[in-house]
Amino acid sequence: MPRETMEYDVVIVGGGPSGLSTAIKLKQLDANLNVCVLEKASEIGGHILSGNVFETRALDELIPNWRELNSPIKTKVKKEKFLFLSKTKSLSWPTWLLPSVQKNHNNYIISLANLCRWLAEQAETLGVEIFPGFPASEILYNNDGSVKGVSTQDMGIDKEGNKKDSYEPGIDLIAKVTVFAEGCRGHLGKQLIKRYNLNHGKDPQQYGIGFKEIWEIDEKNHEEGLVMHSAGWPLDNNTYGGSFIYHAENKQVFLGYVIGLDYKNPHLSPFDEFQRFKTHPSIKKIIEGGKRISYGARALIEGGLQSLPKMFMPGALLIGCDAGTLNMPKIKGSHTAMKSGMIAGEVICEHLKNKTDLSIYEEKFKNSWVYDELFRARNVKPSFSWGLILGVIFTGIDQILFRGKLPLTLKHKHADHETLKPANEMPKIDYPKPDNIITFDKTSSVYLTGTNHADNQPVHLKLKDSNLPISYNLSKYDEPAQRYCPAGVYEVQKENDINKFVINSQNCIHCKTCDIKEPSQNIIWVTPEGGGGPKYGNM
Amino acid sequence: MKILVAVKRVIDYNVQIRVKEDGTGVVTDNVKMSTNPPDDNAIEEAVKIKESGKANEVVAVSVGEEKAQETVRKALAVGADRGILVKTDSIVEPLAVSKILKKIVEKEKPDLVFMGKQAIDDDCNQTGQMLAALLNWPQATFASKIEVKDKSLEVTREVDEGLETLEVNIPAIVTCDLRLNEPRYASLPNIMKAKKKPIEQLSASDLGVDTKPRIEQIKVEEPPKRKAGIKVASVEELVQKLKNDAKVI
Repeated sequence: MPRETMEYDVVIVGGGPSGLSTAIKLKQLDANLNVCVLEKASEIGGHILSGNVFETRALDELIPNWRELNSPIKTKVKKEKFLFLSKTKSLSWPTWLLPSVQKNHNNYIISLANLCRWLAEQAETLGVEIFPGFPASEILYNNDGSVKGVSTQDMGIDKEGNKKDSYEPGIDLIAKVTVFAEGCRGHLGKQLIKRYNLNHGKDPQQYGIGFKEIWEIDEKNHEEGLVMHSAGWPLDNNTYGGSFIYHAENKQVFLGYVIGLDYKNPHLSPFDEFQRFKTHPSIKKIIEGGKRISYGARALIEGGLQSLPKMFMPGALLIGCDAGTLNMPKIKGSHTAMKSGMIAGEVICEHLKNKTDLSIYEEKFKNSWVYDELFRARNVKPSFSWGLILGVIFTGIDQILFRGKLPLTLKHKHADHETLKPANEMPKIDYPKPDNIITFDKTSSVYLTGTNHADNQPVHLKLKDSNLPISYNLSKYDEPAQRYCPAGVYEVQKENDINKFVINSQNCIHCKTCDIKEPSQNIIWVTPEGGGGPKYGNM
Repeated sequence: MKILVAVKRVIDYNVQIRVKEDGTGVVTDNVKMSTNPPDDNAIEEAVKIKESGKANEVVAVSVGEEKAQETVRKALAVGADRGILVKTDSIVEPLAVSKILKKIVEKEKPDLVFMGKQAIDDDCNQTGQMLAALLNWPQATFASKIEVKDKSLEVTREVDEGLETLEVNIPAIVTCDLRLNEPRYASLPNIMKAKKKPIEQLSASDLGVDTKPRIEQIKVEEPPKRKAGIKVASVEELVQKLKNDAKVI
């Protein structure tokens, strides 16, 4: 049976800040364009997770009157703190000594998921068609090699790949231009980068894993508008990472931790580092007596300009963190993602009207403030490969004295899957047991994400070689998937004295860490049935 | 034959429910909402009956806030022909809903009314039964199989003892169990088509129904936390604990 097709001027894959900004920009420039957005979550915002301290620069340009449109951008940053933590002590870093990129006084504490829901409403008002619950599973190509569109996932396939009674074939969405805006490590973006060699001459991409919990805390500990970051404990000097604590409205704090996925010790468990971090006296006192109401995790891009692939190809654009526009020293990617999407809207409009090539994206991007930001930010992350202390010193010189304009560019030397050392060469880490008050285990955490995948469907975490986890990873790295996965998807179980690698794919919260960190790149994340995955509220 | 199907918008079954701090209810802000799961089965069954040629129209109706329109739209996307939304801003109890549905039945004159056996938010399991009483129609509840006969339905119900089969004359009310069928997915083209199907908007007061609550809700609180278990060394100790500490034997 031939698959049904639907034709659009522009198909956008992913309903996050970049994709929605493209959609809005397109309709603002030409209301007659047919634009649709595909989103794999069951509703817009359902898979969005971010800190988030929001810089409004891109939004000011896209929707100048956003303040009048009941937007969920309400809590202005009032106060900032930066702490260096040792095991029991904390040193408060004077904010006047922070590089200006880390100053937030004009920014807002928001839920990015709620912002996306609001952006989706704006887009729908302009006539954009938004389809949540429909993951784009495959890229379609024209005979000349250009991107033709995408097809959506078949629904109602059982574990063995047979069609169930409820089988509903996916459909082909054909577009004049397809925009890929899947977020960090998009599974189609990854294929495009390879097929069109978009990262030719670029450094390997760098990633981090970010955790976030929302706590409702005691009134006396809450200070709406306070933004706090920390570096140091529990990570050692050679592991890149830090925390954020944002005091939002309604007595909520957004508390999170980011760890660079270039860590070397296979015994390290990012989840447990985050849990342990909360036991630090200066953190514990904030959340003590409060209640954790949400949990989630998501990989993020840290490579910056050196790792940013070419963002155009025949028939398509790659935008936001699907390419990698996050500004690492700023710890912000939403405004840059939005701007990259707005530029995409302009470029596509010109392309459809005047047949200008999509390659003008590059020049437009270079002339925009996003490029300037990313250029100035470029040396911060690589300098931390020398360790926290040298990294801080270099960053001080680079960011405060030279404002990012040092006449040199540091390189990212390794991809994150290459950095693990053998397990027997690295120290084991003894993580404390969760107390179920401040710290928790993975099972009860994943429960809060509301994640679910319809049962009896094919496993969406594919192994290239199914023997590798036990035959190679277990003996050499003590199978790190057991620890880097923030949702407990991967387990090594002993059955009759034989080790077995188990994939609990129904727990997956779509963070993509396994696809990034697996030492042999043996795990491939593909889209599960539509609507599967977490159901984040105001993350 | 015309089938009216009632669908309710509820908090998605995957979401962990949180009680509001002041104990007045549960948190619904920024929470994913979906169609009450057994209502999906009710719609599916109605559409299947229509596809088999035994019915010619399926009408979906919901009672609730403006956003319940999405729930009606979803029913249209899986095969209902048109929709009705009866808008209310406050919480409506099963009695009020069944009174509203009675008015809709009088207006639409369906031969069958389908709905889920109960809603997963309040778990009342009352609306279908109350509607049957108000209309003085026969009812078949917890249907796990429905066969349409000439002027009647043969309905299989899952009961504690096993399966019970009833025959009810049409017109009738049927409340549906999750085992009745496997609801289909809404395809993209059908979602597009559903956007063009009509939804009639009414309000409870238009229908002359008093939706004032008859039940006073005093307090909503979370179930007590489960205490951690203990390990016992022997069967004797277990028996002793069950007798003296737990006092269950």
